[in-house]
Amino acid sequence: MSHHIVEVKDLRFTYPDGTVALKSISFRINHGESVALVGANGAGKSTLLLHLNGYLSPSEGTVRIGDIPLNKKTIKDVRKTVGMVFQDSDDQLFMSKVYDDVAFGPLNLGLTAEEVNSRVIAALKTVDVEHLKDRPPYKLSGGQKKRAAIASVLSMSPAILVMDEPTAGLDPRSRRQLINLLHGFEHTKIIATHDLDMVMDLCDRTIIIHGGEVLGDGPTADIFSDPTLLSAGHLEQPLRMQSCPVCAKGHQWEKPLMA
Amino acid sequence: MANIESGIYDIGYLDRMADRSSIIHKLDARAKVLTTIFFVIMVVSTDKYEIAGLVPFIIMPIILISLAGFSYSYFLHKLVLVSPFVLFVAIFNPYFDRVPLCNLGPITVSGGWVSFVSILLRFSLTVTAALVLIASTGFPQVCRALEQMGVPRVFTVQLLFLYRYIFVLMEEGVRMIRSHNLRSFGRKIQYSVYKHLAGNLLLRTIDRANRIHMAMLCRGFDGEIRTLHTNKFEKKDLIFVIATCSLLTIFRFVNLPQLGGTLFLRLF
Repeated sequence: MSHHIVEVKDLRFTYPDGTVALKSISFRINHGESVALVGANGAGKSTLLLHLNGYLSPSEGTVRIGDIPLNKKTIKDVRKTVGMVFQDSDDQLFMSKVYDDVAFGPLNLGLTAEEVNSRVIAALKTVDVEHLKDRPPYKLSGGQKKRAAIASVLSMSPAILVMDEPTAGLDPRSRRQLINLLHGFEHTKIIATHDLDMVMDLCDRTIIIHGGEVLGDGPTADIFSDPTLLSAGHLEQPLRMQSCPVCAKGHQWEKPLMA
Repeated sequence: MANIESGIYDIGYLDRMADRSSIIHKLDARAKVLTTIFFVIMVVSTDKYEIAGLVPFIIMPIILISLAGFSYSYFLHKLVLVSPFVLFVAIFNPYFDRVPLCNLGPITVSGGWVSFVSILLRFSLTVTAALVLIASTGFPQVCRALEQMGVPRVFTVQLLFLYRYIFVLMEEGVRMIRSHNLRSFGRKIQYSVYKHLAGNLLLRTIDRANRIHMAMLCRGFDGEIRTLHTNKFEKKDLIFVIATCSLLTIFRFVNLPQLGGTLFLRLF
């Protein structure tokens, strides 16, 4: 299943205004892996994600999805393979009914009406929001919107799921339900996030991006037990580990500012 | 601030009205759009000084509202809300058009006043008709009907997006105004601040439009928006269209109040 490999090589990207967002990024994500992209605000995570489905094209370097190098000719195939879940579900749910939104992708793939319908229903069932199919998106709660947004991507049956801050803005229970849901997916997952506790639950591998470069790449457990590395990436250990005397290893995290 | 916020809920209310079920709700959207357009044309095409001839048309919205199970007060309230715009348009008629048209006892009524009343009547009729259409059909369905009837996709898609994002945009605007009010201690928004607020909202809108476009591209958008909907134009819809349109034609070309008056005079 080489289709599900994501390979980024010496990726460099400069915005038109001259800002260098990515200096040199290389990694290879294998089929079925679940990888977290972490890093400070402005480290280049979102810019990197936008390269993975061809919205931005690299100034230098290459992105390969499976056997296909990403370029203008292959962009359609790549977008079929890579499903993007945006941070703000309102950006993703643009139709007037949840059903139409989930059907949007499959219809663009040119599938028959029955096929579209069965895919939509299956996707809605997977994320457990079938009862919301006739509701307008603006009437949904944050958690429901996120599920609907994920369904709108699942209905295209992508092999790779790319998510930007999936747990941002969700209440603890919706967050937990989302984590459990994602846990059940067999897709290759790439998740950009600040929610390091979620990373511990979902991702075996973590890549730290800092200043447009890869600062660390390895098993999540190793990365998170290296306080020096985390500090360099403007990160902290997940809260869960901080209270643990063994994992925290007596490292002094920056004290919160006192009034 | 409160007004803008309640405005959001109000649009939502129109949507909830469309979710109900009644004979009118069950009609095909195209049938309702057609008759509404016909109604508007008939009303607007009457003579500038026509008042009596417009009165029968009032029956139409009344029947539709009662059949759909809506409350009259809601529509009256909406009419009052938008009436300042029309008053502004019509208010100059009595000033410019001073030709005496008729005498009501000792009072001479000028053509300007007659056309003023006529404009108000026409406005009330057409706006109510449009509101009833949307309240009994739902905005997205109206757009779809327009598209099926041959209105270019560019327009219907624009309308749909407008409707989808008006809530998001208004909420963003409300948040900005709220944060302004919390730090302005009762001072109204000054022009110098207002232009920043408006500019900011515009920039955010452009950003959001970009992100939405991105989300669409990610799911294979190629310039055409496809939906899966099969609504049938049935016999009852045809009957509704024919019956309503012929009734409206009679209202328009036969002066019913005058006819009624003559009949009344002949009988007694």
